[in-house]
Amino acid sequence: MSENHEPENGRPLPAPRGSAGEVIGVRTGMFGANDGGDTSGYGGLVRPVVLPGATARPYGSYFDEVADELEGALEEQGLVPENAIEKTVVDRGELTFHIAREHLVRVARTLRDDPALRFELCTGVSGVHFPHDKGRELHAVYHLRSITHGRLIRLEVTAPDADPHVPSLVEVYPTNDWHERETYDFFGLIFDGHPALTRIMMPDDWQGFPQRKDYPLGGIPVEYKGAQIPAPDQRRSYS
Amino acid sequence: MGLEEKLPSGFLLTTVEQAAGWVRKSSVFPATFGLACCAIEMMTTGAGRYDLARFGMEVFRGSPRQADLMIVAGRVSQKMAPVLRQVYDQMPEPKWVISMGVCASSGGMFNNYAIVQGVDHIVPVDIYLPGCPPRPEMLMDAILKLHHKIQNSKLGVNREQAAREAEEAALKALPTIEMKGLLR
Amino acid sequence: MSTSNHADHAAGAARAASRETTEGTVYTVTGGDWDEIVQSAAKADDERIVVNMGPQHPSTHGVLRLILEIDGETVTEARCGIGYLHTGIEKNLEFRNWTQGTTFVTRMDYLTPFFNEAAYCLAVEKLLGITDQVPDRASIVRVLLMELNRISSHLVCIATGGMELGATTIMIYGFRDREMVLDLYELITGLRMNHAFIRPGGLAQDLPPGAMEKLREFVKTFKKNLPEYDKLATGNPIFKARMQDVGYLDLTGCMALGATGPVLRSAGLPHDLRKSDPYCGYETYEFDVPTTESCDSYGRFLIRLEEMRQSLRIVEQCLERLEPGPVMVADKKIAWPAQLAMGPDGLGNSLDHIRNIMGTSMEALIHHFKLVTEGFRVPAGQAYAAVESPKGELGAHVVSDGGTRPYRVHFRDPSFTNLQAMAAMCEGGQVADVIVAVASIDPVMGGVDR
Repeated sequence: MSENHEPENGRPLPAPRGSAGEVIGVRTGMFGANDGGDTSGYGGLVRPVVLPGATARPYGSYFDEVADELEGALEEQGLVPENAIEKTVVDRGELTFHIAREHLVRVARTLRDDPALRFELCTGVSGVHFPHDKGRELHAVYHLRSITHGRLIRLEVTAPDADPHVPSLVEVYPTNDWHERETYDFFGLIFDGHPALTRIMMPDDWQGFPQRKDYPLGGIPVEYKGAQIPAPDQRRSYS
Repeated sequence: MGLEEKLPSGFLLTTVEQAAGWVRKSSVFPATFGLACCAIEMMTTGAGRYDLARFGMEVFRGSPRQADLMIVAGRVSQKMAPVLRQVYDQMPEPKWVISMGVCASSGGMFNNYAIVQGVDHIVPVDIYLPGCPPRPEMLMDAILKLHHKIQNSKLGVNREQAAREAEEAALKALPTIEMKGLLR
Repeated sequence: MSTSNHADHAAGAARAASRETTEGTVYTVTGGDWDEIVQSAAKADDERIVVNMGPQHPSTHGVLRLILEIDGETVTEARCGIGYLHTGIEKNLEFRNWTQGTTFVTRMDYLTPFFNEAAYCLAVEKLLGITDQVPDRASIVRVLLMELNRISSHLVCIATGGMELGATTIMIYGFRDREMVLDLYELITGLRMNHAFIRPGGLAQDLPPGAMEKLREFVKTFKKNLPEYDKLATGNPIFKARMQDVGYLDLTGCMALGATGPVLRSAGLPHDLRKSDPYCGYETYEFDVPTTESCDSYGRFLIRLEEMRQSLRIVEQCLERLEPGPVMVADKKIAWPAQLAMGPDGLGNSLDHIRNIMGTSMEALIHHFKLVTEGFRVPAGQAYAAVESPKGELGAHVVSDGGTRPYRVHFRDPSFTNLQAMAAMCEGGQVADVIVAVASIDPVMGGVDR
């Protein structure tokens, strides 16, 4: 994460609209192979990988209303909204709240119970692994749907690889039971407070967390007559 | 019309092998071993339009102990592999295996950590059936080819001899990568 | 504990000593031990056993494993074991380009291939920012295919559900009608299953000649066939006795467990993404969202029947609306350059198109080569697109890092979420009702495990 979005003295610096965004990695070259010399001439190409950064108000659509209600409801509970909500991103017509992980359960409960918010349905958690986003490698992404108001928002929580703990949302949304087990199974994210966090997809004695970026695809080379094609992750490909 | 017209004065002359093969192939009992997409096509093959009953095998047995054909229909995951082997072990001899679809035959497009790259790593396969998923017609073709194989299978000493010959041929066979010629 | 053990040991030693005679140890048939065991078994009055159903079992949809703790005929605890069909599709997608992704997602829930493709493509289009540029004809054909798919999926659910009750006739009927839908798929996409026909930006190709007539013919035939399910099952006393009040899950339970689709609608809430969060122009079609208040398997069966009728209505509206036009976005940097044609061995590259780019235009050839081998780049960010699949809310969470391949694709499959409700539906009921309850959720393990 870039430093300027870090809360300072409890007040975040709102990023200007259309900011450079959040650099999560760097892409070099054009083709996947790095073993030989640079015959393509594209080897010196360096491009940063930039995710959309924080958005300044107004967010547009129903997003302002949701953000106001959420901040108001959190303040009522004696919580400084800026501490709980690290940043708010509006991108491609979707609203994302980046939540500090220690406040996740409180925020989710508020989103569910506040009559003006009423996000009754959680569509589960999706893990994303950004190995180059130092200190925030593991992201857990929740999509919440309000049937009452016909709205959809996204919560995003991050955890470092060294301390892959995120509070469990099962007590708020029981539907997350299997979803959290799945994310644990694939990414090694430990959901504190989950009733039985065990592997769900892979065999119980499986080693490693297969959908992390540092876990290989695990394919085998395919043999043809007189030729061999490496597994998809070993092939030379565009990057 | 049938066999009886070719017979002189009501006698049927055959070998024990031919007779045993004939009865065996005429009522093969497949075990229901549906795994993925191919299982749906396997069910379709058993249903009205394709009507597997014409080949005396519409009854899919729920219990492997009553079955002699295992149609591995779909991708076999690492977690399913031991179960598959156990089901195969529970089937009584003689038994045959059709590896239905490209995932069961070679892992197919799912060349990754989760899928066994070919069910022949776990059980011996008699017929490999390509396709993703194979059409019901292709499954029936595979079944007919298997019937042919069952009809001509050997018994007793001949069986041992055939197994020895097959093994010697397999030992002499070139690995795929050393083969030459067109990719077919 | 230890004292009683000592006592047992002492008693056993005494008994063993009494058996020792001059002619060796004598065992009596009545035996002291057996009486005790029989008595203790009779005293416990306990028939509590744990039964493993699956993963290979004829009536669990695919490779589902049910672990049931049963007391006599009553299920006291029920748990699911899943993952026996885990295919790693989400990981595989990260090594293929964006267009190739449809080939993988279509194989997730193999009974609803068009919904998987549509959810994925809608998410990719959102990331690309071309949602508005998808041509009308492409959207209408997408709706048409999705509604046909809803019919074929519900038919399999009803057919296999009936078979699991022992009603083989309904299975034959269901597969008979499903074959008609599959014939249409084959005509339109070239494949019976796993089509990869809906692509980011539109469709793989236009409807083939003769498709409209076949579609109209199908609508006519299926309208005639649909009432047969009513005649066969809806009023059938045995069918009703097996289905009514079985697999009960009320609205509170549905909301807590995140159940969507027919399960939620059988609890009386008319929640349907086609109405509440329309995509592909669903807001312009006329159809109803059926609900019941019964919360049980029978209600879900009725809802599925009614949804097939509504789907047929939508298909008819699609047929009226279809106007000739493009089926792919105009942006040549995204639109798949290949043109497909039906050859003698099925759908493949159009030979005329290949002749044209190979023989006449070097630039077209370069463009074709770049787009097919490299693919297009998708700006970094994330998007979530959800469609109402026959099983419920099917969501695709797609993350891009600005490359030519997806960074992460996660599918929120309705079967996976709804299957969690199995325990709530089955515990306290009969063993035989477990099958009915699971069938009424209609889980497809390809979607559950992915």
